[in-house]
Amino acid sequence: MKKILRIILLSSLVLLALLFIYLPVAWLVISSISSRSELLSTPIHWIPQQPTFQNYINILSPSQGTSEVAKTFRITLWNSLLVASSVTLIALTFGSIAAYALIRLRFRFRQTLLIGILGTRMIPEISLVIPLYLFATRFGLFNSPAILIITYLSFALPFAIWLMAAFFESIPVELEDAARIDGCNRLQTLWRIIMPISAPGLVSTGLFVFLTAWDEFFFALILTSTVSAKTVPVAIAEFTGRYVVDVGGMMTGGVLAAIPPVLLSLIFQRYIVSGLTAGAVKG
Amino acid sequence: MQRKRTLAQQDMLVGFALILPSFLIILGISLQPILTTLYLSLFEVPRGINLQNTFIGLGNYISLLSEPIFWSSIGRTFYFTVISVGIELVLGLAIAQLIHAHPPGWQFLRTSLIIPWAVPTIVNGTMWRWIYNADYGALNGLLFQLGLIDKYIPWLTKPDVAMNLVILADIWHSVPFIALILQAALATLPADLEEAAAVDGATYFQYFWFIRLPLLRPAILVALIIRTVEAFRAFDIIYVITNGGPANGTVTISYLTYLEMFTFGHAGRGSALSFLISLVTLTLAFIYIRMLYRPEEKQ
Repeated sequence: MKKILRIILLSSLVLLALLFIYLPVAWLVISSISSRSELLSTPIHWIPQQPTFQNYINILSPSQGTSEVAKTFRITLWNSLLVASSVTLIALTFGSIAAYALIRLRFRFRQTLLIGILGTRMIPEISLVIPLYLFATRFGLFNSPAILIITYLSFALPFAIWLMAAFFESIPVELEDAARIDGCNRLQTLWRIIMPISAPGLVSTGLFVFLTAWDEFFFALILTSTVSAKTVPVAIAEFTGRYVVDVGGMMTGGVLAAIPPVLLSLIFQRYIVSGLTAGAVKG
Repeated sequence: MQRKRTLAQQDMLVGFALILPSFLIILGISLQPILTTLYLSLFEVPRGINLQNTFIGLGNYISLLSEPIFWSSIGRTFYFTVISVGIELVLGLAIAQLIHAHPPGWQFLRTSLIIPWAVPTIVNGTMWRWIYNADYGALNGLLFQLGLIDKYIPWLTKPDVAMNLVILADIWHSVPFIALILQAALATLPADLEEAAAVDGATYFQYFWFIRLPLLRPAILVALIIRTVEAFRAFDIIYVITNGGPANGTVTISYLTYLEMFTFGHAGRGSALSFLISLVTLTLAFIYIRMLYRPEEKQ
């Protein structure tokens, strides 16, 4: 009896947690497929009577009559993809080799460097933005995807080094010693032995960097001004301010911006949890 | 002996070569800018292009410290940080334990937690702003249909309410992060501990308080520090839900810095503020790093 009661109690708690998670998301999705008149009706139409995918069509395949805003979304989605992928690639390349050196090689100031580099990940963007803005205007990079790629590295690179360092630390040194005895030098060991077994670490790190870059808002807000470099978060935020009436379009933009990170995270679920805990369970 | 030394030298050379690219990038886009910010914070920086900056020493800091808006934004930042991180920790710990008890649906719950965590901050903010909408929002619609309110309420027009609603949006986004970390930490705890405690006649509460919580301490601390740093400098979610309003009711220290820099055009004062934020953040960060990388213990 007590056991049944316990299961009922725990199950209802699970249900409660699931409601808390899914209700807002459900409303986001429902709003994106509701017509404007249904969105602006009282009492609320929880389930749209005439669901429409027009908002999605407007953004994904804009035709002649489509609004500027919908076209903007399409371009900014592309900008976000370009910036986030480039940042991920660069941060992974330079970050992983630096992390390896910081964890495995012995040289002076190693510890100081490690802590220093990790510390820079925590510097708030707002403390860097004025000098970076001046830099962007001086070199004609203002409002270009390039300036976003460069500035995003300020958090992405230390972050990549941080995560990869945790993964490299978990690889037994004996493995490398064996390779060295077999005649590999440091670089060969890194390339042939370490990198292949670090694949899960690279995937996890790449994922985190991509998600963080996709999420980034502040630098994009300050350093871009037109669709030639604007990213999706900026487009959505502007939408909120200016086009208050087109809630459906705004929610559709939100769903489309959320799909890549949510899908990636669900597909690579195991890597996410191991990445989150790479730091946490070490302590 | 001779061979060993050349190996060490080789290591050093390779090491510097591998670190150099990252070091230069970090030097250029993090260290140089933060030092420039520190430098700028000592100047009165006029709006306009070819005007001279005037050195005023700690003038920006001193004037900021004497202004009520600085202190009220500090107060709001602490409120936001303490309340949101506090609730997130309690809920996160509760959900982690719920998952650990393996009730029906626990795997689905664990997977579902990833969704709010992965939704971009701006999308999260936009979604909640629409939910809080005074005329057509789902919050009003729900409460009205449940009979809890008799007319729609303009939630975001009251400073305290607006702040708490921003916190709610932040909680939705961040509880999963803490829950995921803590449930993973729980899974690594030895199972026989629980049995041993049960044999010794410990109640669930005793077991939780005296055994589980102390073992979770490192994971909790890590989650706590990361979340505190994030909450302390929260900007995006405030920008998109309330724009700092109503009546400055959600202007936190980061938002004030943004206003000083880009709305009022006070680059010097903005730099001073942002440097203060960095100081607090970096202090927390170094505590965290010391915990993760205890110097040379293993070697």
